[in-house]
Amino acid sequence: MSNKPQTLFDKVWDAHIVKQVADGPDVLFIDRHFIHEVTSPVAFLGLKNRNVDVMFPEKTFATADHNTPTINQHLPVADVLSANQLKALEENSAKYGISHWGLGNPKNGIVHVVGPENGITLPGMTIVCGDSHTSTHGAFGCIAFGIGTSEVEMVLASQCIMQPKPKKMRINVHGSMGKGVTPKDVVLYIISKLTAAGATGYFVEFAGPVFEEMSMEGRMTVCNMSIEMGARGGMIAPDETTFNYINGREKAPKGEAWVNSLAYWKTLKTDEGSVFDIEYNYEGADIEPMITYGTNPGMGMGISQRIPTAEGMESGKVSYEKSLSYMGFDEDQPMLGKKIDYVFIGSCTNGRIEDFRAFASIVKGRKKADNVTAWVVPGSHVVEQQIKDEGILDILIEAGFELRQPGCSACLAMNDDKIPVGKYAVSTSNRNFEGRQGPGARTLLASPLVAAAAAVTGIITDPRTLIG
Amino acid sequence: MAYDKFTVLSSTAVPLPIENVDTDQIIPARFLKATKREGFDENLFRDWRYNPDNTPKQDFVLNNPIYTGKILVGGRNFGSGSSREHAAWAIYDYGFRCVVSSFFADIFKNNSMNIGILPVTVSEGFLHQIFTAIENDPNTLIEVSLEAQTITLVSTGEKESFDINGYKKHNLMNGFDDIDFLHNIKTEITAFAENSKY
Repeated sequence: MSNKPQTLFDKVWDAHIVKQVADGPDVLFIDRHFIHEVTSPVAFLGLKNRNVDVMFPEKTFATADHNTPTINQHLPVADVLSANQLKALEENSAKYGISHWGLGNPKNGIVHVVGPENGITLPGMTIVCGDSHTSTHGAFGCIAFGIGTSEVEMVLASQCIMQPKPKKMRINVHGSMGKGVTPKDVVLYIISKLTAAGATGYFVEFAGPVFEEMSMEGRMTVCNMSIEMGARGGMIAPDETTFNYINGREKAPKGEAWVNSLAYWKTLKTDEGSVFDIEYNYEGADIEPMITYGTNPGMGMGISQRIPTAEGMESGKVSYEKSLSYMGFDEDQPMLGKKIDYVFIGSCTNGRIEDFRAFASIVKGRKKADNVTAWVVPGSHVVEQQIKDEGILDILIEAGFELRQPGCSACLAMNDDKIPVGKYAVSTSNRNFEGRQGPGARTLLASPLVAAAAAVTGIITDPRTLIG
Repeated sequence: MAYDKFTVLSSTAVPLPIENVDTDQIIPARFLKATKREGFDENLFRDWRYNPDNTPKQDFVLNNPIYTGKILVGGRNFGSGSSREHAAWAIYDYGFRCVVSSFFADIFKNNSMNIGILPVTVSEGFLHQIFTAIENDPNTLIEVSLEAQTITLVSTGEKESFDINGYKKHNLMNGFDDIDFLHNIKTEITAFAENSKY
C-alpha cells in the first residue's frame, strides 16, 4: 500500500484488477452484473456457440424492463418479438441458474431502480450491465458503467471485463440548490456546460456540498446522466446518507458482515491532495430549473433563458441548425409559454419515489391540462406500492392522471409508449435524441417539477411560480 | 462471434458530416427486438434513410449510389448515447469495416473493436480534408493500414497516424476477441474471486 493520496475511483478500480495487460487494458473483476431482455440474448447465444458456462451465476441478476408493456402486465405480451425476448431472458436465466425478476414478479422494475432498492448495489463494487445508464449505481461509490453485448458475454463467461483505465475528472458543485431546483437540474446544467462529449474518456467524481446534501435518489439521478456528458461513469463517495439507505435492505449485509462492510466503505473517499486530470467547479446558486431545446442532452438551458444562437456554438452550425429544425424551434426564442402535448415521468433517471413526491407536490390541488397526455410510470413495483401507500396515487387520480405499471416505457419507446410524430413531450428521462421517444417525437428533458408544471398548465412553465 | 481479420483496407468511403451521431440514429430502439444477430443492416440509420412509408429518402447518403465503400466517415462525437452493440452490428453487417471520425464515444468504440470494426480517430483538420476530398470526388480512395497505424488519402498521399493499443491491434489483426484471452487466465480469475469482498 503506498501512502500516495488516492482518489475514490483509484481505490475501487485498483481493488478489482485481476491482471494488467502490457500496452492494453486492465482485466477488471466484476462484482455485480445486471442483465435485461434486450442486450443479453445474443450474449447467451455466444456462450452456447462457444460451449462455455456462466462462471459465477450468483453474481448476475436479470430483470425485464426495456421492452415490457406498462399496462395489462398480467396478460400475455402481444408483440411477438417482445414476448420472444422476455422468454429468452427467462429461459437463459433458468438454464444457467441466474436470479430472474420477470414481468409480474413483485420485485420487477427498471434494472437501475431495483438494484439499489434491494441492496444488490453496495459501495465499492464494480457493476456492469448492457445499458449505458448503469452509471446510476455510481451514486453508491461504485464503478458502474454500460457495456455492449460482446462484453455481456465476456462477463457471463469470465466475470471480468477488459478496460483501459479512464482519466479522472472531478466536478464540484458548491453552495446549495435553490427553490424549485432538483438533482436533475444540477446534472442538466453540468452537461450543458461540458457538452454531450465533454467528459468522454473520463470517469467523473461528483463532489461538494450540493451532492453531500442530496438524497440517494438524487445522487442516482445525477450519476445516471454521467453518460450524457460522454463519461464512462460517475460516482459519489458513500457517506451516512448512503449507509442509511442501504441498511436493512434485503440483500445488504447483516450483523457482523454489516459492521465489517461499513468499516471498509468508510475508507472509500478521495484522499486530501489527490490529483485529477481535470476539475470543474460550479455554484449551486447559478442553477435554475433546466429544460433542453435540442437533440442531445448538452443542449439544455435555464428555463427562463432564450434558445442560444448558433454563433459561438462549439458544435458545427450545420448540426446545430439541423437540431433546431427537427425540434421546430428558432434561435433566440424563449421556451416559457410553449405549448406541449405529452408529459412523461419515469425512467431510470427519475422513476423513484422522490420523483413522484416532487411531481405530486405541484399537481396537488390542480388539474391536468386538457391538451396534455401524461404517462406516469413508476421505476419498479416497489415504487408503485410506495406511491399508493403515501397517498400520491390519490393526488394523481384527483388531478386527472393515471398510474401505469413499471418499465423503461417512453424513455426509449421500445414498447407501445411512443410519442407521435411532431409532438412535444416534456420528459423526465435522459435522452432527447431524434426519434428517441418515437419516430419524429420532440423531447424536452426536464425535472419532475418542470414536468408537473407543464402537465397542469399545458405549456412550459417555471415550476417556481407554482410552488407556495 | 468470428469476424474478418483487419490488416489493410483500401476503399472508397461514405461521408456523413454530422456531429453527435448517436446510436439511436444508427439503429432506433424499436429495431432491437431480435434474439439473434441478423437483419440489423436493414435498419441501419433507419429514420434518416427511409420515410415513414418505407420509401428511401433520396437525400440521405446511403441512398445515393455515387457513395459506396467499406469506410464510413462521420462527424465529431460519433456513436454517443446508448450502449447498444446493435449499432456496431448494423454498421458491420451493412458492409463497413472501418469508421473514421475526429472523436468517438467510448462504448461505441469498444463495441466496434469487439466485433471487428476499426474505429480510426483523426484530427479535426484531417477529417475536414477527407470530407472535402470525397465531396470533390466520390471515388476517392482511402487506405487504412492497421499494421502501420496510418490512414492515407491515396490520390494525394496525405496521411495521418492513429492510436490503438497493442493488445486490441493484435486482436483485430488476428480475429481474436477478449473472451479468448480471458479463457486463458481462468485460474487467475478464480483465485481473485476467492478474495472478493462481495
